[in-house]
Amino acid sequence: MILSIASGKGGTGKTTVAVNLAISLEDVQLLDCDVEEPNANIFVKADLKRIETIYREVPDFDLEKCNLCGACADFCAYNAIAVTSKKLIFFPELCHSCGGCGLVCRENAIRWRRKEIGEIYRGCKDGIEIYQGKLKVGESIPIPVIRRMKELIDRSKNVIIDSPPGAGCPFIESVKGSDFCLLVTEPTPFGLYDLKIAVEVVRKLKVPFGVVVNKDGGGYKEVDLFCRSEGIPILLRIPHSEEIARLYSLGVPFSSQKRRWKEEFERLFESIEDLR
Amino acid sequence: MKVAISATGNDLNAFVDPRFGRCPFFILIDPENMEYEVIRNEASQSMGGAGIKAAQTVIKSGAGAVITGNMGPNAFAVLKAEGVKIYAGVSGKIKDVIQQFKEGKLKESESASVERHFGMRK
Ligand code: SF4
Ligand code: SF4
Repeated sequence: MILSIASGKGGTGKTTVAVNLAISLEDVQLLDCDVEEPNANIFVKADLKRIETIYREVPDFDLEKCNLCGACADFCAYNAIAVTSKKLIFFPELCHSCGGCGLVCRENAIRWRRKEIGEIYRGCKDGIEIYQGKLKVGESIPIPVIRRMKELIDRSKNVIIDSPPGAGCPFIESVKGSDFCLLVTEPTPFGLYDLKIAVEVVRKLKVPFGVVVNKDGGGYKEVDLFCRSEGIPILLRIPHSEEIARLYSLGVPFSSQKRRWKEEFERLFESIEDLR
Repeated sequence: MKVAISATGNDLNAFVDPRFGRCPFFILIDPENMEYEVIRNEASQSMGGAGIKAAQTVIKSGAGAVITGNMGPNAFAVLKAEGVKIYAGVSGKIKDVIQQFKEGKLKESESASVERHFGMRK
């Protein structure tokens, strides 16, 4: 089964849920697709080795052939090219590798070169095979890295995907094709707001889903009411607890310390299997 | 020499828009006779690289100088490559600003005034 763990915004405890699930199950592949800030391995502590470098193609301008006509700059929807009367300036960090400039150049002045955009690491620890995607600093397009990560999925295993926060393209790229999605939220007005957006996106992706309420117990009931009225199952509640927060800050997944929580996560997994 | 000013509105009573890339209009004015035309800044709607596109618009207009509030490094680099003079960090009513320009009271900028992505709503 492929299970993605997601949330409408960062810092809700998405990685906590992903890692605790991973250590509570057997034969797990954990994919950290939060490639701008991968931190699942802080808790898994596997010895990571780089297994792949991810590239994308960006234009390479042959300044001998270029006559500064400006057609490429006019075409580029991302404004990655500027042409002045004296020179052409290319801003690789704005380029989305769409290939269009190469099609409109009549002087055959555009060739392509590979630009490194990220890396994939792999490690194993206590029955968990962890993959970590890492976007290079300054790169803003994580999709190719996430896509490649997902090609590494071994369907015979229990696959857990720690998705990027937010409800944009990176979120969609990592959640689509999952058998189930767990949306992690906090019982606050902000948590609810982001949850609603995430719910809409997951519904469009036609991925079955349920909710985990993290830091539960503050008396804010609206998340519960929303889930009830929408028919969304709340599959786990993690209380707001100092003990859990302390273990978190030490980089220790709390279910590795507490038998009861390991069982809770096993049960969570079973209830997901029942729901599919 | 014509001057392009990032403007909040489409006449000389408008103010200098603090955002170079995302201002709604450029006012292209000849300070000698105060004749001007208004250019819509298409870059204000673009997804990214607004400053670069706005800089291209200014270059195409034939302006020899730009007056604006804040300008990022990309736009700055493009305008510099064309040899356009840049007066950033300017505010006030466009009428008055042109007067200051004519009197030589504005100071040419030597580098960009803001970091990348300034003015982008996240
Ligand atoms: S490949 Fe596409 S995004 Fe990149 S510079 Fe060319 S036109 Fe712009
Ligand atoms: S379209 Fe080709 S010739 Fe024209 S400016 Fe771009 S690279 Fe140069």
